[in-house]
Amino acid sequence: MIRSTAADLAAKIAAQEVSAVEVTQAHLDRIAAVDPAVHAFLHVDGERALAQAAAVDARITAGEQVGPLAGVPLALKDVLTYSGAPTTCGSKFLQGWVPPYDATVTKRLLDAGIVILGKTNMDEFAMGSSTENSAYGPTHNPWDLDRIPGGSGGGSSASLAAFEAPLAIGTDTGGSIRQPAAVTGTVGVKPTYGGTSRYGLVALASSLDQPGPCARTVLDAALLHEVIAGYDPYDSTSIDAPVPAVVEAARSGDVSGMKIGVVTEFSGEGYAPGVEQRFREAVGQLEKLGAEIVEVSCPSFTYAMPAYYLILPSEASSNLAKFDSMRYGMRVGDNGSASAEEVMAATREAGFGAEVKRRIMIGTYALSSGYYDAYYGQAQKVRTLIINDFNKAYEQVDVLVSPTTPTTAFKLGEKIDDPLAMYLNDLCTIPSNLAGNASASFPVGLAPEDGLPVGLQVIAPPLADDRLYRVGAALERALTSDWGGSLLSTIPELEAAR
Amino acid sequence: MSTAALMKYEDALAKYDPVLGLEVHVELNTRTKMFCGCINEFGGEPNTHTCPVCLGLPGSLPVVNEKAVESAIRIGLALNCKIAEWCRFARKNYFYPDVPKNYQISQYDEPIAYDGHVDVEVDGQTYRIEIERAHMEEDAGKSLHIGGATGRIQGADHSAMDYNRAGTPLIEIVTKPIEGTGDKAPQVARAYVAMLRDLVKALDVSDARMEQGSVRCDANVSLRPIGREEYGLRTETKNVNSLRSIERALTYEITRQAALLDAGEKVHQETRHFHELDGSTSSGRSKEQAEDYRYFPEPDLVPVAPSREWVEQLRTTLPEPPAQRRKRLLADWGFSDLEMRDVVSAGAVDLIEETVAAGAPAQAARKWWMGELSRKANDAGVELESVGMTPAQVAELQGLVDGKTINDKLARQVIEHVLAGQGGPAEVVEARGLAVVSDDGALSEAVDAAIAANPDVADKIRDGKLAAAGALIGAVMKQMRGQADAGRVRELILEKLG
Repeated sequence: MIRSTAADLAAKIAAQEVSAVEVTQAHLDRIAAVDPAVHAFLHVDGERALAQAAAVDARITAGEQVGPLAGVPLALKDVLTYSGAPTTCGSKFLQGWVPPYDATVTKRLLDAGIVILGKTNMDEFAMGSSTENSAYGPTHNPWDLDRIPGGSGGGSSASLAAFEAPLAIGTDTGGSIRQPAAVTGTVGVKPTYGGTSRYGLVALASSLDQPGPCARTVLDAALLHEVIAGYDPYDSTSIDAPVPAVVEAARSGDVSGMKIGVVTEFSGEGYAPGVEQRFREAVGQLEKLGAEIVEVSCPSFTYAMPAYYLILPSEASSNLAKFDSMRYGMRVGDNGSASAEEVMAATREAGFGAEVKRRIMIGTYALSSGYYDAYYGQAQKVRTLIINDFNKAYEQVDVLVSPTTPTTAFKLGEKIDDPLAMYLNDLCTIPSNLAGNASASFPVGLAPEDGLPVGLQVIAPPLADDRLYRVGAALERALTSDWGGSLLSTIPELEAAR
Repeated sequence: MSTAALMKYEDALAKYDPVLGLEVHVELNTRTKMFCGCINEFGGEPNTHTCPVCLGLPGSLPVVNEKAVESAIRIGLALNCKIAEWCRFARKNYFYPDVPKNYQISQYDEPIAYDGHVDVEVDGQTYRIEIERAHMEEDAGKSLHIGGATGRIQGADHSAMDYNRAGTPLIEIVTKPIEGTGDKAPQVARAYVAMLRDLVKALDVSDARMEQGSVRCDANVSLRPIGREEYGLRTETKNVNSLRSIERALTYEITRQAALLDAGEKVHQETRHFHELDGSTSSGRSKEQAEDYRYFPEPDLVPVAPSREWVEQLRTTLPEPPAQRRKRLLADWGFSDLEMRDVVSAGAVDLIEETVAAGAPAQAARKWWMGELSRKANDAGVELESVGMTPAQVAELQGLVDGKTINDKLARQVIEHVLAGQGGPAEVVEARGLAVVSDDGALSEAVDAAIAANPDVADKIRDGKLAAAGALIGAVMKQMRGQADAGRVRELILEKLG
């Protein structure tokens, strides 16, 4: 049962072939069995999950119409508020903080009858590419427990690959949905900025963050996308427009006549041969299916990384200022004589990890008077150039493709002391966040040299999220038929991997 | 409280030319707060008018209150400002426990309104005040310092936070440097703030209650030797919260700065606190160590782009400009300039206008509001309009006086009873039997008794010394317990002795 797709589970639950409670229990059992090794979850809320499942079963028994994913369990990234359950963002600072309100995404999940199993591990405040920055210890990649599951949303993607949940929610600021999807052989979609609500998402960088669906199949991701997307009056940056027809696109998978641009900047030095090989083969598949492939150059993408590492820390330095110990969260040094300022400083020193402090300092510096124009101001100009490059590309092509990451999953501990090497993981994913368009990662095979998953990134213009699913579904169909099953059906048994 | 050397005001102004700069914060009276749906109301049990947004809880997002934007535009238009076609909010970053997010959402280099002007009049002379900008922002919460003698943070045992005020919509109105006011500088500042207060009240965008802090002024002043172009170093006296205090604080600063300059010392560029008790100011935070607020565009909000149609439509809703209205009323009412100035300072213009509209002569309306009722309001520590008597009741009272039902002395008693909540003037007169006795029978008997009791006085009157009648009138009034028409008593005495 735990290997079923979400769409199948929902159909069986609706047809009363299996109860939502049974499905939920099976996943809770799986979590109990494998999560000590994987550590995808920071908090499992079995009791509430079973109650939600029972409510769905009751509605079905009463003959009520339920949504297309009703009764299906889901893993929620610990950066989205879910009232009554702790939200830690992977930080010691927020240990034990229970938000009094639901994120809009959370609310929509619950309204759709989706069962929330618990909260998944992540790099502290979503800063990282490996979950090694989590204050609660890293998540392990189910393909190889010695390797990273990607980050920051490594917990969500690992929970899918470990069959602990058929659906998960991630958030993507520079690749935090797509890079974990790529290295775990799963699907991850970053919707158009403004396509899903950020209300209740604990902000890293407000102008870049976007929640999105994670799943094992393209259709499951599309079904979940449809549940969480759409205008939210509580998020001013939310777009008041119809949700693109993502489910229809995922069911169709027709790419004939589609113009697909391969980004020339994202290849060559630094890219693992197996990654490039699987990527080229996948592009070949798309061509066989009737797509027209062209090379597209986006020269400004070279500057995306430095621009991103000014904009993100700048916004983060301000967004994380609220963590001051005065109203909630950790408090250190309140000895009765220390000033509020001293307590704030002591708590922030004790409560934040090294990467968080590094980015707060970079951002504070970049926004300082006298430096603003040279750093933050300049980065915003680069952002405009990147948007211009995308716009020029979309005059020629319908979507752009590239490898999602330059390499496959690296070993835990391998890059933790080298922030720059870690940042390079997001080289291909960052431009899409800076431009605010839609992008996704789909599995395209295992790299021959290490047998680890490779992801292909698709980038589409704003509000053309449906094109991502069209390409993803085409690849999924062609490749699974070649492989004789899904990529995840080849994942080693976790007991064996241990 | 202060030991600073002061120069005599006349001497200071003989040598130095003051330059003013005024920053006025106006709290808007919108139903809800600036960025959330919480009720916007003064007071309330601490932390009851709060929600995740105005508490700055992780994940929460602001949404702009459109009514506040409308109010900002109307204020801008009334100050003859240009209204921005496109402007953004900005974050002002600083750590302080009453700022829940540790940044204030404000506007920085893109205010909603800019480049305006207004005229104020002092002693018959008109001064033009150039408006630099009017921008939107949110108010902070309130710190309550507990355990100290002064209620200030120094010496307090601990502090408590009330976030009811956090997120209250504010408009900050900033003048350009105001030059050429000479020895009238403090009065011009006072007149300007009084004008702003009346303006926002007439626009119905604020309660405009200075004693509740809904209009607050930061007063900047610098001195330069007469004849010099270059400005001197300025001080900013914070949160001066009454018209009288503005005048006092600036007078004090001018005499203090003049004494420093005269002694060859430098004025420190700093913020200063005003002390109501003795009218002095004392040094606050030095501007040299001023914080770097690291302003940057608020990424959680979209730009505000008011359409020109909307702006023009709002222009049609502006009330008559205060200066114009004052001129019209001055002519209608026939007050002296001094009387009018007092009326304006007391905030009695509207009350008198409504009283006149309800049928009372202007001078009578002025007499009640500026006399008895001002004293009562002062004793009770409330604004005149909250004294407990309506303009219609004042007009009714004057009607009773004019109709000779009561005299002035009785009218004062009637006011007591009306303020005590015992009903309107006519009701009180009826219920308490306060009407003057105009029944000649009863009066005639009292006059006869008074003549009989004072034969020498009666003789004097018979001899033509009419001035002596006063003594008999007094006796009659005493006997009638004041409830007699003194004019009629005099007539009866003269008839009987004439």
